[in-house]
Amino acid sequence: MAEKVLTVDNLKINFHTDSGEVQAIGDVSFDLAKGETLAIVGESGSGKSVTTRSIMGLLAKNAQVDHGQITFKGQNILDLSEKQLQDLRGSEIAMIFQDPMTSLDPTMKIGQQIAEPLIKHQKLSKQAALEQALEMMKAVGIPNAEAHLNDYPHQFSGGMRQRIVIAIALIDHPEILIADEPTTALDVTIQAQILNLIKNIQQASASSVIFITHDLGVVAGVADRVAVMYAGQIVEIGTVDEIFYFPQHPYTWGLLNSMPTVETRTGVLESIPGTPPDLLNPPVGDAFTARNKYALAIDEQRQPPYFQLSPTHFAATWLLDDRAPEVTPPMEIQRRWQRYIKKHPEALEQRAQAKEVSTTLALTGKEDM
Amino acid sequence: MAAGNKKLVEIKHLDITFNQGKRNETRAVQDVSFDIYQGETFGLVGESGSGKTTIGRAIMKLYQPSKGEIVMDDKNIADLKSKDDLRKFRQQVQMIFQDPQASLDLRMKVKDIIAEGVDANHLASSDEERSQIVTEMLETVGLMKEHANRYPHEFSGGQRQRIGIGRALAVQPRFIIADEPISALDVSIQAQVVNLMQALQRERDLTYLFIAHDLSMVKYISDRIGVLHWGKMLEIGPADEVYAHPLHDYTRSLLSAIPVPDPEIERQRRPQVYDPSRELDGQARQMIEIAPKHFVAATNDEIPFYQERARQEGLI
Repeated sequence: MAEKVLTVDNLKINFHTDSGEVQAIGDVSFDLAKGETLAIVGESGSGKSVTTRSIMGLLAKNAQVDHGQITFKGQNILDLSEKQLQDLRGSEIAMIFQDPMTSLDPTMKIGQQIAEPLIKHQKLSKQAALEQALEMMKAVGIPNAEAHLNDYPHQFSGGMRQRIVIAIALIDHPEILIADEPTTALDVTIQAQILNLIKNIQQASASSVIFITHDLGVVAGVADRVAVMYAGQIVEIGTVDEIFYFPQHPYTWGLLNSMPTVETRTGVLESIPGTPPDLLNPPVGDAFTARNKYALAIDEQRQPPYFQLSPTHFAATWLLDDRAPEVTPPMEIQRRWQRYIKKHPEALEQRAQAKEVSTTLALTGKEDM
Repeated sequence: MAAGNKKLVEIKHLDITFNQGKRNETRAVQDVSFDIYQGETFGLVGESGSGKTTIGRAIMKLYQPSKGEIVMDDKNIADLKSKDDLRKFRQQVQMIFQDPQASLDLRMKVKDIIAEGVDANHLASSDEERSQIVTEMLETVGLMKEHANRYPHEFSGGQRQRIGIGRALAVQPRFIIADEPISALDVSIQAQVVNLMQALQRERDLTYLFIAHDLSMVKYISDRIGVLHWGKMLEIGPADEVYAHPLHDYTRSLLSAIPVPDPEIERQRRPQVYDPSRELDGQARQMIEIAPKHFVAATNDEIPFYQERARQEGLI
C-alpha cells in the first residue's frame, strides 16, 4: 500500500447547541494515501464538512471532540495549538471552498493574495513571491496573467475566481488539498475545466486530495476511492469501481438510483423517501432504517458493524451478515453489479464471505492488508 | 405529460435589454421565439448569463420586453393593464424558485405563506375555507396539516421547497415557471420533488416552464428542450432527441461536460470545447426545422451543414 499521509481514527464530534447535543459525526475512520483522491459523498448534514473541517482545525467553537485522533506526519492534529495549526493550514493542508468570492479578499490585488502564503510560510521576499504567483496564475490557466496581477477579485468571472482560489491553495505545494464542493457554484463547462485542472496539478505535485461533493457524476470522474457518509457515519467505503459497480449499502443504492442516467427515460424516478434523521436524537440502530426499504429487524436495535468484502471495500450493513436474508437490489444496481461481476468473477464469493471487522482497525489499514 | 396541440404561451421575437442607451447596456435576451403547449413541460437550459431566468421573469411580467411580445391565451401580456386583468394573470401564472430559504418569509407561519395568494385573490370566503385550502395543499405536497403553524426554519430544504410548491398551487394556477427548483436540494431529495411535480402536472393539467442548468434532470422531466446561450436560442427539440442527438455545437459541448455517475464513462470523457466565433459573426439566424420538430439557429448557408448532421444522426 502507498505511503499514508493522513489517518483519521475513530473520530467522534458533538456540537453543543441550545436544544442539546448534536452528534455531528460518530466513529469516523479512514486514511489517505499519498497522491490519491478520496471523495466523501453525502447529503447536507451527513458530516462530510465537519470531518474535513476538523482536519483543518477549523471546528466551530461549540464543537467538542468526544474521542478519536487525526494523525498527520506523526502528530495528532487535534492536540495542536492555534499557532501550530496556522502553520499547517495553507502550507501543508490547503482548502478550496464552494464559493470563491467568500474565500478571496475583495480589497486585495490577486497577485498579492496568491503570493501571501509564500511570504507568510516560506518568508520569501515580496518580489520573489510575486514571481512565483505569476507562474502559478499561468499554471491554473488565467489568460494573460501578467496583465491581471494587479486586478481585484470582482474583475473576474466565477470560473476564473475559482482558478485564483486554486492557485492560492496550491502555491505552497500542500501535502493535502481539501476541496469542499469546489465546482458546485460553476457552470458545467467551467466545472469540467476546473476538475481537469485539479487533476493535472495533483498529478504533477503528487498531492493527496479529499474531495467533498454531493454530485456522484463528479465523484465518478475524480475519485480513486469513495467514502459514503450518512448521518455522521461512513456507511460504505471502497475504490471508485467498488462503490459505483458493486455497492452494498442500501443508502448507496438509493443515491445511485435516484439520479437519472443516460438510459433513464420517462416514468417515476426512484427517490429515497423521507429525510435524514435528527442528530439531536439519533435513532437507535442503523440511522438509515426509517428510509430503508431493505431494513431488517435488527437494524432497529443494533448499529451494523463494518463488513469487509475486499482489502479496500467496507460496508456497514446487516445485509452482509451470514444470517441476513438475500435481498434483490434495485434494477439499476443489479445492472451495475452484473458489469462488475463480469470483470471480477470472484466478487459474489467475496460478498458471501464478507466478514465483520472492527471499525478502526479495518478502515485505517492497521489490520494486515 | 401528454402535451396537447394548443399553444398556451407564445414567445415571439423577444428582446430584453437592460440599461438601454447607457454605457453598460446589456442585451440579455435577443430575438428569442418559442411556444409552450398546454400540458407540456418545456425545459429551458443554459449556463449563467444565458438569459434563461430573464425570460422566465419576463413571462411573469417582472421585466418589460424591449422588443417582441409574449402571448398567453392569445393575448399579449403587455396589454394586461387593469387591476383585474393583472390579478387574474398572476393567479394563473405562478413561480417556484431555486432557493426555498430565500423565497419564503421566515417570519410567516407556513399556513400564511401558503394562503398568501389565496388572500390576495380573495379565493377563500371564510377562515374555515382558508384553512381547508392550506390543509389540502400541505397534503398535496406531502406535508402534514400539523405543519401549518410552524415556521420555515423548522423544515429541511426539501420540505421548504414543498412549501414553495404548495404556495404556488394554492391559487389553482395553469402555468408554473420553475426556476432551478431542485438545484439547491440534495440528490435523494431532488428525485422526490421532481416526482411530486410530475404527479401534480398529471392531476391538475399543469403546464411547466422548467428552467435549469442541469441537463440530465431537465431531459428527464421535459417534453421539449430549448438551449440558450448568450441570450440567443440555439436549438429546440424533443427532449430525448436533443439529448441523444444534439445538432448545434454548443449543445454538444454542454452535453459532453455533464458528469455521469459511471467511472468508466468518466475516464474516457473528452469534453468538447465550444468555439463561439460563428455565433459572434453578426449574421442573423433563424430557427430552422432541420428534423421534424427539431430546430437549430442557422443562416441559409448553414442549413445543408445541419441537414447533413441530422442525416448522420439518423434523424432524417
